[in-house]
Amino acid sequence: MKILVTLKRVVDYNVRVRVKSDGSGVETDGVKMSINPFDEIALEEALRIKERGEAEEVIVASIGGDEVQQQLRTGLAMGADRAIQVSADGDVQPLTAARTFLKLVEKEEPGIVFLGKQAIDDDANQTGQMLAALWDRPQATFASKVELADGKATVAREVDSGLETIEVDLPAVLTSDLRLNEPRFVKLPEIMKAKRKPLETLSLEDLGVERAGGIEAVSYEPPPQRGGGKVVESVDELVSELKSKGLL
Amino acid sequence: MPSYTGPVEDFRFLIHECLDLQECRDLPSLAGVDSDIIDAVLAEGARFCESVLQPLNAPGDEAGCRLEGDEVFTPEGFRDAYRTYTENGWPGLTSSPDYGGQGMPHFLGIAMSEMITAANTSWGMYPALAHGAWELIHLHGSDEQKRTWLPKMIAGEWTGTMNLTEPHCGTDLGLVRTRAERRDDGSYRISGTKIWISAGEHDLADNIVHLVLARTPDAPEGTKGLSLFIVPKFLVDDGGGIGERNGVRCAGLDHKMGIRASATCEMVYEDAVGYLIGEENKGLNLMFTMMNGARLGTGIQGLGLASVAYQNAVTFARERLQGRSLDGAKNPEKPADPIIVHPDVRRMLLTSKAFIEGARALAVHTALQLDIEYNHPDAERRERAGHWVALMTPIIKAYFTDMGFEVTSLSMQVHGGAGYIVDTGVEQYMRDARIARIYEGTNGIQALDLVGRKLTAANGETVKSFFTEVERLLGECADEPAMAEFTKPLAGAAERLKSTTAAVYQKMAGDPLEAGAASVDYLELFALTAMAWSWTTQARAALRALDAEGARSDFYRTKLDTARFFMARMLPETLGLEQKILAGGETLMALDESAF
Ligand SMILES: Cc1cc2nc3c(=O)[nH]c(=O)nc-3n(C[C@H](O)[C@H](O)[C@H](O)COP(=O)(O)OP(=O)(O)OC[C@H]3O[C@@H](n4cnc5c(N)ncnc54)[C@H](O)[C@@H]3O)c2cc1C
Repeated sequence: MKILVTLKRVVDYNVRVRVKSDGSGVETDGVKMSINPFDEIALEEALRIKERGEAEEVIVASIGGDEVQQQLRTGLAMGADRAIQVSADGDVQPLTAARTFLKLVEKEEPGIVFLGKQAIDDDANQTGQMLAALWDRPQATFASKVELADGKATVAREVDSGLETIEVDLPAVLTSDLRLNEPRFVKLPEIMKAKRKPLETLSLEDLGVERAGGIEAVSYEPPPQRGGGKVVESVDELVSELKSKGLL
Repeated sequence: MPSYTGPVEDFRFLIHECLDLQECRDLPSLAGVDSDIIDAVLAEGARFCESVLQPLNAPGDEAGCRLEGDEVFTPEGFRDAYRTYTENGWPGLTSSPDYGGQGMPHFLGIAMSEMITAANTSWGMYPALAHGAWELIHLHGSDEQKRTWLPKMIAGEWTGTMNLTEPHCGTDLGLVRTRAERRDDGSYRISGTKIWISAGEHDLADNIVHLVLARTPDAPEGTKGLSLFIVPKFLVDDGGGIGERNGVRCAGLDHKMGIRASATCEMVYEDAVGYLIGEENKGLNLMFTMMNGARLGTGIQGLGLASVAYQNAVTFARERLQGRSLDGAKNPEKPADPIIVHPDVRRMLLTSKAFIEGARALAVHTALQLDIEYNHPDAERRERAGHWVALMTPIIKAYFTDMGFEVTSLSMQVHGGAGYIVDTGVEQYMRDARIARIYEGTNGIQALDLVGRKLTAANGETVKSFFTEVERLLGECADEPAMAEFTKPLAGAAERLKSTTAAVYQKMAGDPLEAGAASVDYLELFALTAMAWSWTTQARAALRALDAEGARSDFYRTKLDTARFFMARMLPETLGLEQKILAGGETLMALDESAF
């Protein structure tokens, strides 16, 4: 069985994100970029599945300019066998990403497509679900535990009320939650070895992916600065203040 | 509690934009090491230091090491961190691929050392000493010794130490008393006591390979009678694994001001089996090659601690609200402005920043020269690089550790009273930084090395290696008007250094005490001039990058502003130093000893 893991390049979670002065997006020049943490967890899980002998190959894929090769190389250094870059400029919306991954699924025929539950840049939480729908296969999202047996995956999902365990037939789409595992460190010799692992570059056009329209980013702005607090004298004053602000 | 982020951006700027790697592409250590690999190593190294080492720093300081019988236990978490470190291949980062290393360039080694020290200085002592020991065996050991010791040491399974100091002998190694008696099988039996041996005993690795300076029975007096021995904690069995326990043990553990989680041990040797490295009576020279690497490493300790102390000072200065800006409130909706608005707080932060980034650039450049010195196919290049390294070693050791301590003190000052309170966590940096000015040869001894040895070394070629680089840089920038604000002060400082050098040289010839009298000020003068060179190279790279379209302009503009600060407010110290040096040693020597 193959496992396809998707890796998105995002601003590192430690970086304080800044909006560009012209409001056209967030600053990424010279900013530390990393694999989306949920995707890294997905990859770790895929590698563990392979190390248990339950999969033969782990393929990492990313959509974007040549800079995403950096994240793909990190994925290879962590232990993935090969990588696919689907080159695309500009913003890639969840539906475009799902359509792209569907093409890769048709090409590679994986038993599992493992995504992060969401990417920490746009927090859309849509791509995995869309892919499952387009592919017409089951999905198990927000995974915090995954077990494979007899062509099925038993997945404990993190839901608002706690944990829900479901069983899905493979092939299926899985998306990782935070507590699924703790990703490994990259071993130094693997960084060099990753350079020699195959990295294939395709384009949206090669794959015949139609870009989704639909969402247009009009402008970005930072959240408003929090104003100073105010000390009130009495409960009555508090209530009337809240009312005057339309909060009650 | 303090936090730490590895300065990966700055390293990337220095490596990709300030070094001329294209010009060094004949270096074997650069083969196959492209910018992706460099970035990946930096990112992974930073991640390890930030997430594994840094959290162990304060608890390790509080717990310290523990001696039970003759066994030493490191603080909780140190063993696991060390295991992760070795499993991920870090001990072999720059070491020879012939023995299992990764053979990567030294600038990556220096970057990793800085981040390790910044995250956890005490922990970093164990791999650092091991590194020095394998480097020495690699350079001077026999083939058999290399085969026996290097693979395990480079894998990090075994660590190493350097054993020089004895109760009556620190700086003056000619006084070493530890004895070595020859046996018929070619080995020696070592007996004596060494003190303050870092990483002398611990629970991180299976074996500890001590490098010990000792004296054979018929050896001449003084430093010309010292020989160097490999004395392992456990002998090696026929299969190359751990064999019998050797006659060396830890008899005491010292309680210290700082680096408290680094085991500083009294080591007692009783007929311990030792193996001679190189020839008898040539030990000190061999030890010096280890010490050169170790001295650079010690300088980097100053830099690393400065870097983490500065980061925390900046965070504090942005958050702490006290007073109003002298030119009117900057933060009117709050009861006070953040202290970062005050010129004096900025002076402290900028002094720190200008030191750290200037020093880092000098270190990265020097590390590249190390690769060239060891590995370049062209002999002339090797020699030139060797001069640079020899010259910069005492400067980096002494200036970086003096300033490293100063910056940790500035960080405490920025923190005000909170800085003095243990729970804030920044006083540890100051305590940890203090030792680096003392060990590996006190900074006073570094200054004597510069004035007494390096000034006259290789017929002056060693010193010239610096002036040649300065002239080259000035020449290359001659047609760039935007560079004038940097090249002018650099040229002025270089002239001042040149004339002062000539004056010192002359005085020394008349009276050797003059060398000692001038030495420390002279080293600082040299260091500041080297920093001016370093800042000029960075300013040039930043200006070029800004000329290119669409660059991340904030980063480069900050570089230029910091370079300006250095030229305007730090480099002028050279004027005072020049005066002090030219004043000579007369007033130093005037007092009778009884008058003190
Ligand atoms: C925490 C710690 C760890 C250490 N780790 C190790 C280790 O791993 N291995 C090891 O072998 N040693 C180690 N040392 C010892 C250390 O290297 C010595 O302390 C250092 O070399 C200075 O020697 P000393 O203490 O005897 O000082 P001294 O030599 O007594 O010097 C005292 C003062 O006199 C000055 N002085 C001495 N001689 C001269 C001179 N000729 N000209 C001008 N000034 C002079 C010195 O600069 C200094 O200011 C360690 C020490 C400490 C505290």
